[in-house]
Amino acid sequence: MKKFVSLAMVLALCLCLFAGCGQESSEPTENPEATAPAGGTGEPAAEGAAFYFGAVGPLTGENAIYGNAVKNGAQIAVDEINEAGGINGYQLKFRFEDDVSDGETSVNAYNTLMDDGMQVLVGPVTTGPALSVSTLVNEDRTFMLTPSASSLDVVDGKDNVFQLCFTDPNQGMGSATYIAANMPEAKIAVIYRNDDTYSTGIYETFVAECENQNLDVVYEGAFTGEGASDFSVQLTGAQSAGADVVFLPIYYQPASIIFAQADAMGYEPTFFGVDGMDGILTMPNFDMSLAEGVMVLTPFSADATDERTVSFVTKYNDQFGETPNQFAADGYDCIYALKQALEASDANPEMTNEELCDALVAQFTSMSFDGLTGSGLTWGADGTVSKLPMAVVIHDGAYVSAENA
Amino acid sequence: MSKIIKLGRNRSLTLTKTRVVDFSTYLGVVLAFLIVNSMLNGDMLSRSFRGQLVPICCYIVMAVSLNLTVGILGELSLGHAGFMSVGAFSGVVAAMSLQSAVPSEPVRLAIALVTGAACAAIAGVIVGVPVLRLRGDYLAIVTLAFGEIIKELINCLIVGCDENGLHVIFNLDGTKTVSDLGLAEGGIEIIKGAQGATGTDTIASFTAGFILIMITLVVVLNLVRSRSGRAIMALRDNRIAAESVGINITKYKLMAFITSAALAGAAGALYGLNFSNLGATKFNFNTSILVLVFVVLGGLGSIWGSIIAAAVLTILPEALRGFDDYRMLVYAIVLILVMLATNNAQIKALFAKALGPVRRLFAKPQKGGAANG
Repeated sequence: MKKFVSLAMVLALCLCLFAGCGQESSEPTENPEATAPAGGTGEPAAEGAAFYFGAVGPLTGENAIYGNAVKNGAQIAVDEINEAGGINGYQLKFRFEDDVSDGETSVNAYNTLMDDGMQVLVGPVTTGPALSVSTLVNEDRTFMLTPSASSLDVVDGKDNVFQLCFTDPNQGMGSATYIAANMPEAKIAVIYRNDDTYSTGIYETFVAECENQNLDVVYEGAFTGEGASDFSVQLTGAQSAGADVVFLPIYYQPASIIFAQADAMGYEPTFFGVDGMDGILTMPNFDMSLAEGVMVLTPFSADATDERTVSFVTKYNDQFGETPNQFAADGYDCIYALKQALEASDANPEMTNEELCDALVAQFTSMSFDGLTGSGLTWGADGTVSKLPMAVVIHDGAYVSAENA
Repeated sequence: MSKIIKLGRNRSLTLTKTRVVDFSTYLGVVLAFLIVNSMLNGDMLSRSFRGQLVPICCYIVMAVSLNLTVGILGELSLGHAGFMSVGAFSGVVAAMSLQSAVPSEPVRLAIALVTGAACAAIAGVIVGVPVLRLRGDYLAIVTLAFGEIIKELINCLIVGCDENGLHVIFNLDGTKTVSDLGLAEGGIEIIKGAQGATGTDTIASFTAGFILIMITLVVVLNLVRSRSGRAIMALRDNRIAAESVGINITKYKLMAFITSAALAGAAGALYGLNFSNLGATKFNFNTSILVLVFVVLGGLGSIWGSIIAAAVLTILPEALRGFDDYRMLVYAIVLILVMLATNNAQIKALFAKALGPVRRLFAKPQKGGAANG
């Protein structure tokens, strides 16, 4: 008796499991409007057609600051556009899905959005996931514009994938050029994370460009792992090599520890970071005085005085209670760049993903866009953007243009 | 308790409880595959579920194979993702380098899975031989370290392939890049150090995943129910007693551990060939623990429990997307509730009561069926 019961139970469980999944997952395809996203747009979609932008990025986990900044920035742009009457008279629907900065989850998030009827993808925010998703996007012929995935591999060989941020080589190159122009006598130390695509990518081009510019790199220190918590070896190495500029092509979490440890050992070089350093000002429980005087190469500075930046920063401050970083500006620019391209190509939401993709690719390779992160942005057919980097200094817990400091 | 089913004139099958469970596990997996596959062909599945099919297969194989180590052998392994990683990267290298030599995708996938399993088995021998001779929790400590070491090693690995064959650089001081490989024109970069394997041809398929699960089940269930399997369980339950009756402890421990590692390697190869980009950091301690959670939640030693737990817990976080930021919180709460529910006598009784009519419904025709057979 018992064995048959167990047999029946196993069968029933297996069936329940898969039947359950099938039912649940077939729902959105039948009725896309019924399953409105719980946390996407603040605005209800206007009656009739709407453009549907989807976005993917880390809202939780280690890199959550980046994803949330992009989400908030993009949301402001979407709200502004919808208030002003939409794109070509159509409202804009925006939904952001979490990927915890993991390739597998990112693919799942992208698939979820596609199920929901997404037409254009903004994201993924981080490089690793963007690599996985960009291949799918290329097969599906959906247009993808990533605000901040900076590796060249993301766009390499994929005609419908575009970047709004600098590529890693550009950042390394830009940093070296900036240091050569402003601090030609500097003795430079580099501390980078050698198991991270982003960090090694910038490090390699930086060191190569330093050689071209005759800059003196006196120390190179590597560390591994997201949980690295002791940099005294690298800092002592940099100090004893006499470095007065420490280049940090890393994310802000390890950088915050480096600042604290350098401070504790009384080593006071000029720290120079790139866009991964963005986010340090919004890091919880971080002593802002440690970051005083840190230089960051970024295309966006929140203290710029032009009208658009001021209005964006004010709105961001009002809605989210913090100063926007470069990622927020990238998210904002992504939406506006797409708006400009859609308007120029006279697109409407009835078009299929593929038609929209072709129209957008044609526009992106020919248009020039003015945004928060630079004016006169142009894209090459390879998907990379060309814009000018600029250096900011952290002063009293805020970014100040290096020229004003 | 056991019934005898006659299969022919001279053959008969004793229907023990374990056998029924084993056969129903096979049957359940086959049925689930047939149902999902027919829905897949009928285009009834959402993209999001379709995209998860291969990872689910991989996690099921991971959970079943880890169950062999943790549940059947009774040794705690905290580095199962390390074997998956070895399998994934060796499988990717095999599949990518044979791209022109073996044009058929299924064949290439099979070669990749075998390569992944073989490499992971070798890693299993390296870890297992010294450690499994010891008593105590050393396996847990060593596998924990193994998982981290593999991650670091693969971060140093740069592999490319051109018409002259494979080029491998071991980038220990972090100064070498892909350009140092010296690839001839038309060569492909397969693993780029910290960046992991990028531009991988995604040849993994759900059918391959299903076949891998079936192979895993055949291997694990036959091992467990064999003489060796009884020896393995004997030394789990009482090492001294097992030793006293002449069971070679190290041999049987190694047998279970290496089988488990090889299966994890095959799962890794399948996983690696399902995504165009794969970094070594994916197979970190968290992934090992995730698989361990599947095993513990499904029940130590229970193969079908592992299968269901792996499938449900892989789908769950995606199914909970509606909860937005509270997704992982809800996931954790669900985990805790499941733990409580499966260990609570009162809830169990409640379930039994609720399922009573269903049980009778199911039990009756099958009772008749068995009598007829």
